[in-house]
Amino acid sequence: MSLIEEIDFGTPRSKSETMVTLTIDGNEVTVPEGTSIMRAAMDAGHQIPKLCATDMVDAFGSCRLCVVEIEGRAGTPASCTTPAMNGLVVHTQSEKLKKLRKGVMELYISDHPLDCLTCGANGDCELQDMAGAVGLRDVRYGYEGENHVFAKSHGEINAAWMPKDESNPYFTYDPSKCIVCSRCVRACEEVQGTFALTISGRGFDSRVSPGMSESFLGSECVSCGACVQACPTATLTEKSVIEIGQPEHSVVTTCAYCGVGCTFKAEMRGEEVVRMVPYKDGKANRGHSCVKGRFAWGYTNHKERILNPMIRERIEDPWKEVSWDEAFSFAAAKMRGIQKKYGRDAIGGITSSRCTNEETYLVQKLIRAGFGNNNVDTCARVCHSPTGYGLSVTFGTSAGTQDFDSVEDTDVAMIIGANPASAHPVFASRLKKRLRQGAKLIVIDPRRTEMVESPHVKALHLPLMPGTNVAVVTALAHVIVTEGLANEAFIRERCDWSEFEEWAAFVAQPKHSPEATAILTGVDPTVLREAARIYATGGNGAIYYGLGVTEHSQGSTTVIAIANLAMVTGNIGRPGVGVNPLRGQNNVQGACDMGSFPHELPGYRHISGEAVRDQFEALWNVKLNPEPGLRIPNMFDAAIEGTFMGIYVQGEDILQSDPNTKHVVAALSAMECVIVHDLFLNETANYAHVFLPGSSFLEKDGTFTNAERRIQRIRKVMTPKNGMADWEVTIGLAKAMGFEMNYSHPSEIMDEIAALTPTFTGVSYAKLDELGSVQWPCNEKAPEGTPVMHIDGFVRGKGKFIVTEYVATDERTGPRFPLLLTTGRILSQYNVGAQTRRTENVVWHAEDRLEIHPHDAELRGVRDGDWVRLKSRAGETTLRAEITDRVSPGVVYTTFHHPDTQANVITTEYSDWATNCPEYKVTAVQISPSNGPSDWQKSYDEQARHSRRIAPAEAAE
Amino acid sequence: MSSPADRLVYMANQIGTFFRSQGHDKAVPGIADHIKKFWDPRMKRAIFAHLDAGGAGLEPNVIEALTSLKQSLPAAS
Repeated sequence: MSLIEEIDFGTPRSKSETMVTLTIDGNEVTVPEGTSIMRAAMDAGHQIPKLCATDMVDAFGSCRLCVVEIEGRAGTPASCTTPAMNGLVVHTQSEKLKKLRKGVMELYISDHPLDCLTCGANGDCELQDMAGAVGLRDVRYGYEGENHVFAKSHGEINAAWMPKDESNPYFTYDPSKCIVCSRCVRACEEVQGTFALTISGRGFDSRVSPGMSESFLGSECVSCGACVQACPTATLTEKSVIEIGQPEHSVVTTCAYCGVGCTFKAEMRGEEVVRMVPYKDGKANRGHSCVKGRFAWGYTNHKERILNPMIRERIEDPWKEVSWDEAFSFAAAKMRGIQKKYGRDAIGGITSSRCTNEETYLVQKLIRAGFGNNNVDTCARVCHSPTGYGLSVTFGTSAGTQDFDSVEDTDVAMIIGANPASAHPVFASRLKKRLRQGAKLIVIDPRRTEMVESPHVKALHLPLMPGTNVAVVTALAHVIVTEGLANEAFIRERCDWSEFEEWAAFVAQPKHSPEATAILTGVDPTVLREAARIYATGGNGAIYYGLGVTEHSQGSTTVIAIANLAMVTGNIGRPGVGVNPLRGQNNVQGACDMGSFPHELPGYRHISGEAVRDQFEALWNVKLNPEPGLRIPNMFDAAIEGTFMGIYVQGEDILQSDPNTKHVVAALSAMECVIVHDLFLNETANYAHVFLPGSSFLEKDGTFTNAERRIQRIRKVMTPKNGMADWEVTIGLAKAMGFEMNYSHPSEIMDEIAALTPTFTGVSYAKLDELGSVQWPCNEKAPEGTPVMHIDGFVRGKGKFIVTEYVATDERTGPRFPLLLTTGRILSQYNVGAQTRRTENVVWHAEDRLEIHPHDAELRGVRDGDWVRLKSRAGETTLRAEITDRVSPGVVYTTFHHPDTQANVITTEYSDWATNCPEYKVTAVQISPSNGPSDWQKSYDEQARHSRRIAPAEAAE
Repeated sequence: MSSPADRLVYMANQIGTFFRSQGHDKAVPGIADHIKKFWDPRMKRAIFAHLDAGGAGLEPNVIEALTSLKQSLPAAS
């Protein structure tokens, strides 16, 4: 193993298919038209000296180090900005060029500290490399002149010197080492799209400036790390590198945060992570990252991580640390005891969307084959289960249709109920890049999210009332059908025509028009009509959606309505279009694929199918139960009823993440054995009898499947701190319960998955190592995977139009609860916050706030920062208010990253009609000023504290 | 939504509401199929028991769907 050095070609790749041939240093080189001479030379293996060029941003031509000579042309053009052309004869090294470059380097170095030995970038500094490359031996100008290097010059304070900015928790900005190449500024603009950085001043006064000469932390900077990556010197450096030193080897792996699934290099020193650097060949992120994946991995060695198994008889007892064997046999005896007492179906489990495919597969296998029932579910129940249902009935597959690269061909993007800038930041950056090239954006969201307005982005915003998605999307269809914008040729060829006619007649009814529905939705009919026309006629139209679509009592209906919209406009089956669910967690897609739902075996095949069951029964050597099992909310109901008494929860905090906390508390308290398998004593563990410590994504091998169906490897870079990878823990528990599963490596588990799942038959670790990643279906028909689905026809045969009647949720506002609460995420935090709260990311978001419109705030006498009581029919909590017009009057908004906020005490048990996905996004609430935490919050906190006690180890005799 | 039966009635009616706009002839088998595919046996038993007890609160399409489903699933009742 060694450090993976990626070649920097200096300028971005040209997509042209026309090739040109030129001669560089006597070698003929053929490259796509539009390639720079610099890149063409690198292609031929000749590295032209450079400082301001890097292939993550466009050429800039400022450092003048990359000058070349071209026969027949005057002067010495910069090779980064000069395109390769047929017949050019280029020389990259000559006496003249050598002199010029040395002169440039002398000037740079005359204003740069010479503390290389103690510098954080020592060993990874392009300035140092270039000084070496040009043979710099002397600086004729000396170091005494005007400079940015020393705090004092000639005994006087040096006004040009600026101190280090260490405000960002993860990297430092040292202006004295800056060469003003502006790579950071361009990375912020071109790659991230935030435009937080600029060069202030001119000439010698030029400085990199976050915002208006602010600190990095105080500026608009979102800490994505692109600038740090772009910086050729020690000016922007990871604090971890300064602290530890340069890494000595690296391993390619996949981020464990959101469903974008960015590829990273874990850069290591021994078993210590020095830094995580986005990998250019990563097909989801193409070398970009966000603050979470790039920097927020410190939770993996946080002091609160639990490393020893623990048990207790009653949840009132303190935890007792025990050996793995003791924990397994304690858990197994309890679970088997429950089955004896209450019946085979009285236990079940929850697979984790944060764990690997292999681990998820094992947990559902343990439940179906070892427990002997189908009581297995996953957190997709509470996020994207409606996607599974809606897309499979309309298209025939439970997954997004595109790869992320597809966005580069999109002309109109429609985002519904999602805020990628916060929740899927790397995708947002890729989308913004396309928007800056001229693509249009429509945002359907109750809140004016960061996507609606950002530098160089102005979306057409449809601020709807929470809960009216179906009415809005059906109204869009109404406009398309009644204004004759339907793509008849596509529909006739790909869809069932008579179903289409029925559907078209339904949506064309005047009651579905934007004008008729405006009273419910609050959306201006003119704007809605404009949005429909743009989507239907603006070229390649792509829909991206999130939990604002699914987490409603009509979640599945909205997904169906979205699929209808894509079919009626023919926006399916080619790059640039499609229906794309943005998945919340790293492996939600994978967990669903792996048979985590109670009614489905891996590959989305219903458990009642005899042929499918036969296949699994033969390989697993057991008889499977043909009846679907309980879904998570049904498990809670059954627990309270007394028929479901034991649960194995892997990597999922159901108490914090599921709605109506009091109901969940009642259910968990009713159970006789709750096994929590996690990194931390999470909220659910407060009600657990067995705690099995988990391993982080850095400590095990496996695969994650991201939102674009891409199966990617995660690779072990350190020994599991808890002693066992999660898949080994599941095997241990299974064995104690009398069910043997024998695997010596996760690759063997993947081989079994491939053998049993038609869409995975071509997947193996060998192939993933060879290709980097593949998108399922990956089988004999598509040996290298399937980037875009439904190309020649829908998976189910004909695309199916289904009518989508808007039905108002039963969660209504009224005099007691006049406001609608909706929820979301913030950039720096992730989901229930178990990971990100245990990193420095808390500097950006230390608590959840309630966003409220100034009008609603004034009516209630609430000022910015005040504590407010938030009350719904389900419960009440308190948090602090933030007054903003991002939300409309009548709507309030909060995040749910902090357990003490208890946002889910407020949410109700209403759920999606098809899948029981909870209706998180609409809760009728009232708000009033408050003095501090509610009684519930206090008693909850006390219980949690009490429950987390670990008994001190008994002294050895 | 207090008692378990109330909750199942509510869920069954929610399914009924989605299928209602497809017309009676598609709705009844649609509802039956959905409950068959997604409900755990104890939930089916409980709703069938409620149906046998008069099916209070259930919408007509749902009653019809559950009746036909119950007949087709002798083992589950």
